[in-house]
Amino acid sequence: MAEFKEISPNASAGEKLANWFDNRFPTAGAAFRTHMSEYYAPKNFNFWYFFGSLALVVLVIQIVTGIFLTMNYKADANLAFGSVEYIMRDVPWGWLIRYMHSTGASAFFIVVYLHMYRGLIYGSHRKPRELVWIFGCAIFLALMAEAFMGYLLPWGQMSYWGAQVIINLFSAIPFVGPDLALLIRGDYVVGDATLNRFFAFHVIAVPLVLLGLVVAHIFALHDVGSNNPDGIEIKGPGAPLDANGHPLDGIPFHPYYSVHDILGIAVFLLVFSAIIFFAPEGGGYFLEYNNFIPADSFKTPPHIAPVWYFTPFYSMLRAITSEMMYALSAILVLGIGFVLVKTRASSMTKGLLVVVMIAFLWMFNAFGFTGVRFLNGLDAKFWGVVVMFGSVLTMFFLPWLDKSPVKSIRYRPGWHKAVIGVFVVVFVVLAYLGTEPPSPTANLISQIGTLFYFGFFWLMPWWSRLGEFKPVPQRVTYAAH
Amino acid sequence: MKKIILMLLAAFALAGAAQAAEGFALDKAPNKVNDLPALQTGAKLFVNYCLGCHSAAFMRYNRLTDIGLSVQQIKDNLLFTTDKPGNTMEANVNPQEAKGWFGALPPDLTLIARSRAGHGGSGPDYLYTYLRTFYRDPARPTGWNNLVFPNVGMPNVLWELEGDRVPVFETQEEHGEKVEVFKGWNQTRAGTMTPQQFDEAVADLVAYLQWMGEPAQNTRVRVGVWVLLFLVGFTVIAWRLNAAYWKDVT
Repeated sequence: MAEFKEISPNASAGEKLANWFDNRFPTAGAAFRTHMSEYYAPKNFNFWYFFGSLALVVLVIQIVTGIFLTMNYKADANLAFGSVEYIMRDVPWGWLIRYMHSTGASAFFIVVYLHMYRGLIYGSHRKPRELVWIFGCAIFLALMAEAFMGYLLPWGQMSYWGAQVIINLFSAIPFVGPDLALLIRGDYVVGDATLNRFFAFHVIAVPLVLLGLVVAHIFALHDVGSNNPDGIEIKGPGAPLDANGHPLDGIPFHPYYSVHDILGIAVFLLVFSAIIFFAPEGGGYFLEYNNFIPADSFKTPPHIAPVWYFTPFYSMLRAITSEMMYALSAILVLGIGFVLVKTRASSMTKGLLVVVMIAFLWMFNAFGFTGVRFLNGLDAKFWGVVVMFGSVLTMFFLPWLDKSPVKSIRYRPGWHKAVIGVFVVVFVVLAYLGTEPPSPTANLISQIGTLFYFGFFWLMPWWSRLGEFKPVPQRVTYAAH
Repeated sequence: MKKIILMLLAAFALAGAAQAAEGFALDKAPNKVNDLPALQTGAKLFVNYCLGCHSAAFMRYNRLTDIGLSVQQIKDNLLFTTDKPGNTMEANVNPQEAKGWFGALPPDLTLIARSRAGHGGSGPDYLYTYLRTFYRDPARPTGWNNLVFPNVGMPNVLWELEGDRVPVFETQEEHGEKVEVFKGWNQTRAGTMTPQQFDEAVADLVAYLQWMGEPAQNTRVRVGVWVLLFLVGFTVIAWRLNAAYWKDVT
């Protein structure tokens, strides 16, 4: 046990109280120092560094509004839709709580996408922050599950049919698929059982995982220290220190970044409130118009699309048609051919590679055109599911795909910026196309977009080291306010 | 890279054009959701003409106090004899019978103005156009058809007010194809209202439907103004506080 600290009897009541607590619960003070008042963060954070704390703010908003919604919501296929309208009409300020929660879901994804983009451009995923990035990707995955299951709860047409379509995707998995889909639904169609289990997952199971991951994300970050827009380490060997041994380019998180983040939160709340009070439907993207019709298992809407934050990945799913599988087969052959010609592996390895390639071509249904039944591969729908989940899982590998000699985009060649710019455009276009009904042109564009998306990540070990890199300065670039 | 961006932009434009082409062009509904007398007229029209077949199962009669009606007025003018002001607006038609008569269940109208929004216009735009584009069609079981919702199950319940109208089409050449273009209406029998009065009455009814979709919407906007004003002040304070802390950081 730590020693009891005595305090002068003349000290103020506040100091005495603080001392009383510190003697009995020193952990709290230690945690405050580790994570706030003595956590040194680089002083050159810019606009992009607001989104981490904003994500935390949105998480709190979602949890608090979610608790109040749960008090009036009924997880029952016959009552759910009506109970949401009851919240909107008869519960005092229920409309505000519900709009905060529904807008909060979209805000969460906007903030998280911007937060991830920040990591991408400043190299926040690079050594030694790989785990911070991986915890972050896991948070994103949990968030997707949370949002997907939450969207079923209002029990509108889009809730119902969106869930029906997405759960049916699982049945495309060979052998276990249909049983897996049945396990998820708890019924042969989306129904009361599905609603109840999604409610349970949405209000307790996934939020618990999410909170645990957020803690891990922040602890891991504070262990290795924050990156910054210059991608320079302000702590560790060689970093300049002041007389007290604190990093010269760092500044205590509290009070400097706590007041800084309050400013960010204020501006965020301005935008957030403007949407809640003046455009809560978000133009039909945050609350889809079709979802104001109660779920009807006998009436399939003409156009079913997931909510906007899933649509980039949904576009990639739809891009995988049987024609696209031929294109992917050709890319596979070219890729393996390149490896065979350019590398000096043993003939044993090369032979094995060819066998693997043929196996994949078979699974890709590349020989399907022959009409021989034995040569039929897997359905393109299955590969669509693989691509959709693969597009999210790919992000986990980013720390090892990025081979750029500098972390920050500031010191990378100009054309790297252009590549990242195109990536952003592709992502937005895929998101837009995913909300629209399919058309041949749109499909072609999403196929090109899908190839670009995967090319961007999986060819990164090659392209990210090319070009003229600018010299990285010793100290962070900071202009006093 | 520029080529890709240009191509993507072109794709956006194409997608937009494709949407504009589909369906009947919607008229813009006048915004009357703040106009209490209009909402009251609309409520009366709704109870008299819609509530026979359509419910508004999430809407309580006494919520009409929000648009300036007293509970006594609601009881005297709008309630069916057996209903209480706290009840929700239920149609007095048997749903099974209605399905037999019209081929489809008359949908609940509580949220109709919210659910009918889409690419062609807002929900009120849709309803305002839909309710004004009925015409006689002997080929239909009800004797009525509609330009916005072809082969709709619902007959024109407002026909007494509107009279009979026949749509006038003109054949035009477009990209080498002959297309029928809607040119306007030919009034064949006068209703109890002039066309202007009728448009106004439908606008009131649509305003009511829009209000009923979200009775809190006027409160929401009113509160929102104060919230934003507060947040602007808060942002200024946060901005100066931040500047005060950071002014010595070099």
